[in-house]
Amino acid sequence: MSRITREDVERTAALARLQLREQEIEAMTRDLDRILDHADLLQQLETEGIEPTAHAIPLPTPTREDRACSGIDPELALRNAPERQGSAFVVPKVIEGQES
Amino acid sequence: METLEAQRVGLDAGDVSSRELVTRAVARARELADRLNAVVGLREEAACAEAAEADERHVRGQLRSPLDGIPLVLKDNMVQCGEPTTCASRILENFVSPYDSTVVERLRSAGAVIIGRANMDEFAMGSSTEHSIFGPSRNPWDTDRTCGGSSGGPAVAVAAGITPFALGSDTGGSIRQPASFTGVVGMKPTYGRVSRWGLVAFASSLDQIGPFAHSVRECAWILREIAGHDRRDSTSLPFPVPDFAEALTGDVSGLTIGLPREYFVEQGADPEVLALVRAGVAELESAGAKVVEISLPHTGYVVATYYLVATAEASSNLARYDGARYGRRASGVTNLEQMYRRSRSEGFGAEVKRRILLGTYVLSAGYFDAYYRKAQQVRTLVRGDFERAFEECDVIATPTCPEVAFEIGAKTDDPVSMYLGDIYTVSANLAGLPGISLPCGLVRGMPVGMQMLGRAMDENTLLRAADAFQRRTDHHARRPPEFS
Repeated sequence: MSRITREDVERTAALARLQLREQEIEAMTRDLDRILDHADLLQQLETEGIEPTAHAIPLPTPTREDRACSGIDPELALRNAPERQGSAFVVPKVIEGQES
Repeated sequence: METLEAQRVGLDAGDVSSRELVTRAVARARELADRLNAVVGLREEAACAEAAEADERHVRGQLRSPLDGIPLVLKDNMVQCGEPTTCASRILENFVSPYDSTVVERLRSAGAVIIGRANMDEFAMGSSTEHSIFGPSRNPWDTDRTCGGSSGGPAVAVAAGITPFALGSDTGGSIRQPASFTGVVGMKPTYGRVSRWGLVAFASSLDQIGPFAHSVRECAWILREIAGHDRRDSTSLPFPVPDFAEALTGDVSGLTIGLPREYFVEQGADPEVLALVRAGVAELESAGAKVVEISLPHTGYVVATYYLVATAEASSNLARYDGARYGRRASGVTNLEQMYRRSRSEGFGAEVKRRILLGTYVLSAGYFDAYYRKAQQVRTLVRGDFERAFEECDVIATPTCPEVAFEIGAKTDDPVSMYLGDIYTVSANLAGLPGISLPCGLVRGMPVGMQMLGRAMDENTLLRAADAFQRRTDHHARRPPEFS
């Protein structure tokens, strides 16, 4: 039996904000199943009590003074905006209700 | 005059100008565009102006570094202010960076001249430079074969003599594997040695920028210029940068080279590739190095560990592509949720979606412990393997890849088989170690790479051993017959 079902893929795609076509769902179900099948190798290893590694070279988190400094010029930052209005990024309406 | 060192000598002697070198590089990039598809964007005018400034510095005797006036290409995932950065993805097709990456700043202060952007697998996810909106790059040794990836474009640019050096990024072998496939030198420094500021993130705990060139000495020069602490990258190493070229003494007596026995089993690896790597190690042995067998017992688990860790980090990093502030936004969307889903689905290619899904899955409730946490624990075991190995040796020598470059299209339908090709390279990223791939001969007319790995922060010893190999051999002087 496959460990990955199409429902798993659909649920995961929803979490990742991806909308898959029917063909993609089938291909991803098959591929994820094959990849996780290989990943199951790790279950052979006893890892009880072993610290997980998040970073290979552990360094203390560097700190800096909390001082105001200038960032990217807003005009420059807005140049990549898919849609803008004045100095704002425009996105579809987020809050339902009242018409403006 | 196609190596960095030869161009340096030519510039210093006044035999050639930076303008000429840059004009020639741009012309060659254009000439080879159809056949190799290595360079995906040129900045000819700006590069020529920068070259003219380099020529003026030459006249005034104000050389900034060994790279002053020399042309290069950047993998298309390092941002340059006012220039596009696409990551070979539809989602960033029209993105123009509002700032410079640290490596770009440092290359500019070193006087190097960026002529353009080089092809890659989308978001650096792939081992063949086939997953690109620009189409695949091709291997100059056999244009039916892949050039490796994900930094395929930079590797091909150097191998085919477009530019004498290039920068790539390496998350699981993305510099070393294409270097191996195209017969050039490619180096991944210690994690944190080169700032990641302005490198588009794939897997932040694994990503590292590094050079491609024809010789180890040239890589030492380049690394010297791009390395060093950067406050804008919190994982940047706060240590001084040695003069790597000074360490290249040619002397390997007293140096111990470890051969991991798990890497030399002829199971899945081409026996002729293994034989060439053994011959390379024998060369160093005859030069006075001691060779010992070592063990890296968790080798069979590294690919699984890598793909779980890397995709988890990628799914998180790529969450930022939401169509709101930059990048592609799907047209005709009526609500926010739809904007996210459609922009991402239209913008990302199949391999990127596959990895986002895998990463999201292994981080999701119910699977986190079984997959992601487990992989992080095995990562600890892999690091332990190397700590023990480096008690017995100074440098580890291995093949870079189990086989020579495969044919374009051969693995696109089989992700697991593509991933398993990374077995020798991913460990260096999991453990944060510096690694380099050096040409060590040809098998059936295709280049083979010998990989050397060193202790974290000890690029000096690694580069010394690698340079000693090149002083005694001429594999790195071989060029692809049709593109030399």
